[in-house]
Amino acid sequence: MSSSMVTVSYIAATILFILSLGGLSNPETSRRGNLYGMVGMAIAVLATVAGRVAPAGLGWVAGALAVGGTVGLYLARTVKMTQMPELVAFMHSLVGLVAMLVGYASYIDPTASAGMSGAEITIHHMEIYVGVLIGAVTLSGSVIAFGKLSGRIGGKPLLLPARHWLNLAGLLVVIYFGYAFMRAHSVETGMTPLVVMSVIALAFGIHMVMAIGGADMPVVVSMLNSYSGWAAAATGFMLSNDLLIVTGALVGSSGAILSYIMCRAMNRNFISVIAGGFGGEAAAPAKGDGGAAQPAGEVVSVTAQETAEMLKEAKSVIIVPGYGMAVAQAQHTVFEITRRLRELGKTVRFGIHPVAGRMPGHMNVLLAEAKVPYDIVLEMDEINDDFPDTDVAMVIGANDIVNPSALEDPASPIAGMPVLEVWKAHHSIVMKRSMASGYAGVDNPLFYKENNRMLFGDAKKMLDEVNAALKG
Amino acid sequence: MAQVIGVPKETFPGEKRVATVPEAVPKLAKLGFRVIVQAGAGEAANFNDEAYRAAGAAVVPTASDLWAQSDIVFKVRPPTAAEVGLMREGGTLIGFVWPAQNPDLMQRLAARKATVLAIDALPRQLSRAQKMDALTSMASISGYRAVIEAANAFGRFFNGQVTAAGKVPPAKVFIAGAGVAGLAAIGTAANLGAIVRANDTRAEVADQVVSLGGEFVKVDYEEEGSGGGGYAKVMSEGFQAAQRQMYATQAREADIIITTALIPGKPAPKLISAEMVRSMKPGSVIVDMAAEQGGNCELTEPGEAVVRHGVTIIGYTDLASRLAGQSSTLYSNNLLRLAEELCKAKDGTINVNFDDDAIRGLTVIKEGTVTWPPPPPKLPPAAKPAAKPAVPAAAPKGHGHGAGEPMAVGTLVTMFIVAAVLFLLIGAYAPAAFLGHFTVFVLACFVGYMVVWNVTPALHTPLMSVTNAISSIIIIGALVQIEPLMEAIGAPPIMRPQIIRWLAVGGIALTAINMFGGFAVTQRMLSMFRK
Repeated sequence: MSSSMVTVSYIAATILFILSLGGLSNPETSRRGNLYGMVGMAIAVLATVAGRVAPAGLGWVAGALAVGGTVGLYLARTVKMTQMPELVAFMHSLVGLVAMLVGYASYIDPTASAGMSGAEITIHHMEIYVGVLIGAVTLSGSVIAFGKLSGRIGGKPLLLPARHWLNLAGLLVVIYFGYAFMRAHSVETGMTPLVVMSVIALAFGIHMVMAIGGADMPVVVSMLNSYSGWAAAATGFMLSNDLLIVTGALVGSSGAILSYIMCRAMNRNFISVIAGGFGGEAAAPAKGDGGAAQPAGEVVSVTAQETAEMLKEAKSVIIVPGYGMAVAQAQHTVFEITRRLRELGKTVRFGIHPVAGRMPGHMNVLLAEAKVPYDIVLEMDEINDDFPDTDVAMVIGANDIVNPSALEDPASPIAGMPVLEVWKAHHSIVMKRSMASGYAGVDNPLFYKENNRMLFGDAKKMLDEVNAALKG
Repeated sequence: MAQVIGVPKETFPGEKRVATVPEAVPKLAKLGFRVIVQAGAGEAANFNDEAYRAAGAAVVPTASDLWAQSDIVFKVRPPTAAEVGLMREGGTLIGFVWPAQNPDLMQRLAARKATVLAIDALPRQLSRAQKMDALTSMASISGYRAVIEAANAFGRFFNGQVTAAGKVPPAKVFIAGAGVAGLAAIGTAANLGAIVRANDTRAEVADQVVSLGGEFVKVDYEEEGSGGGGYAKVMSEGFQAAQRQMYATQAREADIIITTALIPGKPAPKLISAEMVRSMKPGSVIVDMAAEQGGNCELTEPGEAVVRHGVTIIGYTDLASRLAGQSSTLYSNNLLRLAEELCKAKDGTINVNFDDDAIRGLTVIKEGTVTWPPPPPKLPPAAKPAAKPAVPAAAPKGHGHGAGEPMAVGTLVTMFIVAAVLFLLIGAYAPAAFLGHFTVFVLACFVGYMVVWNVTPALHTPLMSVTNAISSIIIIGALVQIEPLMEAIGAPPIMRPQIIRWLAVGGIALTAINMFGGFAVTQRMLSMFRK
C-alpha cells in the first residue's frame, strides 16, 4: 500500500474517531458511536500493517494481537459493572506502559532519527523524553488508582511530610536529566538519564495518586484518562504520525474536560484535588472549635416496614444513589422497588450527583445495568428544582452530596459545593450503615432535620426488606 | 406502680372529639400506663367502646368513676367546673386549657393541687415540640374544613370547566392569614381548582403560600409583622389603613373569603367591615375561622351560619370537631408524643421535668402552684436574621452543561497572553516539520473540546471507556517498530533489532488488550442503556 493510501486511511480513521466521541453525546446514538470507533481503529491498524510493516513482521503482529485481544475480550465479558472504575484504571495503565515501551524502542531505533538535522534530532529527543515521562506517570498513577478502586490499597490519602517539596525536587531532577539526555551523543550515554527519569516519573505517579482520597477518585480516573491521551499524542510527535497526534489530543482533551466537570461538581479547583489532602486539613478544625454550626435536633430512625409505608403513600419519589449502593450491589433491588412503585402509578425518578460513585457516570452505568430506563435518571441540575414537589426523597448510601451545610454554612469545608437538595422534599429517608460522617469528615445536618428519617443497615439488606414490605 | 390514664367523654355541647383513639392505647400501654375510657367517649368520632376494649383499655360506665380512678386525665376541651370537682386531689390534667382566657378555671385547678399541662401553651418554636403541637394539627384540620364548608355553601364549582352546557369560571378564594390554618385552606382550595390569593402580615410566609399553589397579595406598606414565637403582632395605623384598602379590593373580586387572623391574647382583628360584605357578589361566602375570638368580620355570629347582604357568613367555632375522626386521631398522637416525653423511662409514671424547655412551657400548674406564664425559653424566637447565611456566590455558578458563562475578563486576558508567549517561542525555535504536527495537535484539542462538551453526563463512563479504547491507537507506534528496516543504515549493534522487536511485540499485545477490551466493554455498557 502506498504511503498516500496510508495517509488517506488515517484521515478516514480520524473522522471516524471524532464521530465516535460525538455519537456518545446521547444514549440513542451512542452504540453507533462505539461502532464508528471500532471501524476507525480497524482501518488504522490495517492500513498501518499493510503500508508500514515488512512481511516478516506479520506473524509477530498477528500473534501479539491474538494474545492481547483474547485477554481483553475475556476481561470485558467478565467484569462486573461495579468494577468498571478498576477496569478503566487498569486499561489506562496499559496505555501508559505502551507509551513507555514505544518511547524506549524509538530511542534505540536508529532508523527513527535517520536523516534528521540537528534541531530536528533535539526536538525528536525531547519528544521521546516527554512521551516516556507522561507514559510513566500514567502507568504508575493508574496502577495505584486501580489498587485504590479495587480496595487493594486503602482509600485514605497518604500525605508525606513536605510532599509538595518532594514533587518539586523530582521535577527539578527530571529537568536536569532532560538536559543531560539532550546532550547525549550516543544511545548508551543517553540511556542513563532516560532510565533515571522513568524511575522518578513512576515514583511521582505513585505519590500523586496516593495523596488523593477515595471520593476524589472520579477526578483522578478522568485525569488519568486525559494523561493516556497526552501520552499517545506525545508518541505521535515522536513518530511524526498525525493520526496518533489527533487521536491522542481528542482523548486528552476529553479527559481534561471530564476532570473539569468533576471538579466543578465539587466546587474545588483542579490543583487542590491533585495536591490532595481534602478532609485532612480543612475538616479537622471545623469540627473541633465549634465554629461550624453543630446540628440541632434529633435523629429519627425508621424500619424497612415504615419506609415501605412512606413510599406507598407518596405520589412522587426521587431516589438519590451514592457509592454505598455500588458497594452493597443494591442496584437490582433498587430497580425492583422502582418497578413496583411505578406499577402503583407513582412517579419515580433518580437524581444523580456528578461525583456520586468512583468514576464519572458510575451511577448511571449501574442503574443501566439494573435495567432502569435512562429517561427517569436525571442529573442534579435537572432535578434539583423538583424536590419541593416531591413526597419522598430516598438517599441510598450517599452523604456529602446531600449535605445541606454545603449551601447553608459558609464555614463548612464543603461550602459552595452544589448538592442535591433532598431536604426540600416533604420527607427524606437516608439509608446508611451508621451515623458516621462522610468522606469529607463533615457532620450532616440533614440527618437531624424534622422531615428526615434514617434507615440504618446494609443498603442491600434494607432494600430487600423494603421491597418485601411493598409486595405485602 | 403504673399510673392510670383516663379518657372522659367530652361534655362541651357539640364537641365530637375524643382525646385518645383506640390505636394509641397499646402504645400508651407500652410506656407502662394503664388506660381507662368512659363509656361512649369515642362514640361521636366513630370509635366505639368495643374498639377500646379490643385495644386493651378498660371501659368505665360514668364520668365520676373515671375521674376518681385516673391519675392522669387526657382531655380535649378545658374542663368545666363540675369536672374539676370530680378530679382527684393532686391528679394530672393534660389538654387545652387556655390559661389566659380562663383565670377562674386556673384557680379551681390550683385549689385541687392538680398538675396541669396545657397543650395550647406549648413553646411551638422548639423543633422538638412540633410532634406535640396540637394547635397546629387542629388548625390544619380546621383550615381544610373551612374550605369544605365554604364549598358547601357556595353555589358553583371551584374549578373552571368548559362543558357542553357552557363555560364555568374558576372560583376566586381569598385567604386572610397564612398561619397553619390558612396554609391548609390554601392547599385545599387550590387542590379543588380555585384561584387562591392569600395575605399575611408576616412577609416571610409568601414562599409557603406560593408553594401550596396560592398567590401572595402584598400590602403596599413597609413594616415587619413577625411577633415572638412565630405569631403575628398588632400593626401600626398606617399599615392598617393600607391593609383595609387591600381587603376592600379583594372583597370586591373574591367569591369566597376565609379569614384566620388571630393575635394571641387579644380579640381577633376586624378585617372585613360590613361595607366590604355589601360590596361582595351575591352568593359569595365568608368563613370566619376567628369567630371564637370575636371574628375577623363585623357581621360574624359566632357558632352560626348567617346570610347578610346576600353573603353567607359562616362563623362555626367547631370546625375541627366537625372532622371528629381525623382530629381525634391527630390529637391523640400529639398527646401520645407528650406522654413519651414525660415518661422517658417507660415505667408508667410521668416526670414533669422543668429542665426541659418544652415541658416547662406546657406546665401551667404544678402540684397546685400556678407556673404560668413560663419564663422565656432559652432559645431565641426562631433566630430569624441569622437564618439567611451569606450563600457563597460560587454555589449557583456553572449549572448545567455547555461552555458555560463567559470567563472573567482578567482570566481571559492572562490566558491569551500566556498563549501568545508560548506560540512566539514555538514559532521562533521549532523546525517546520514540527510546526505541521503542532497545528494538527492544537486543532485536534479544540475538536475534542467541542465534541465532548455535548456528551450527556449519564454517558461519562462509556465515554471514558471508549476514549480509552481509542487511545490504543498508540498501537501504531508499536506496529511501525516491529520490523525495523535495519539495512537502511550501516551496521547497528547486534542486539538492537531483537530488543526493539520484543518491545514492540509487548506493546502490541498490551494495546490489544486495551483495544478489544475497551470497545467490547463499552458495547456491553451501552447495550444496557434503554428507555
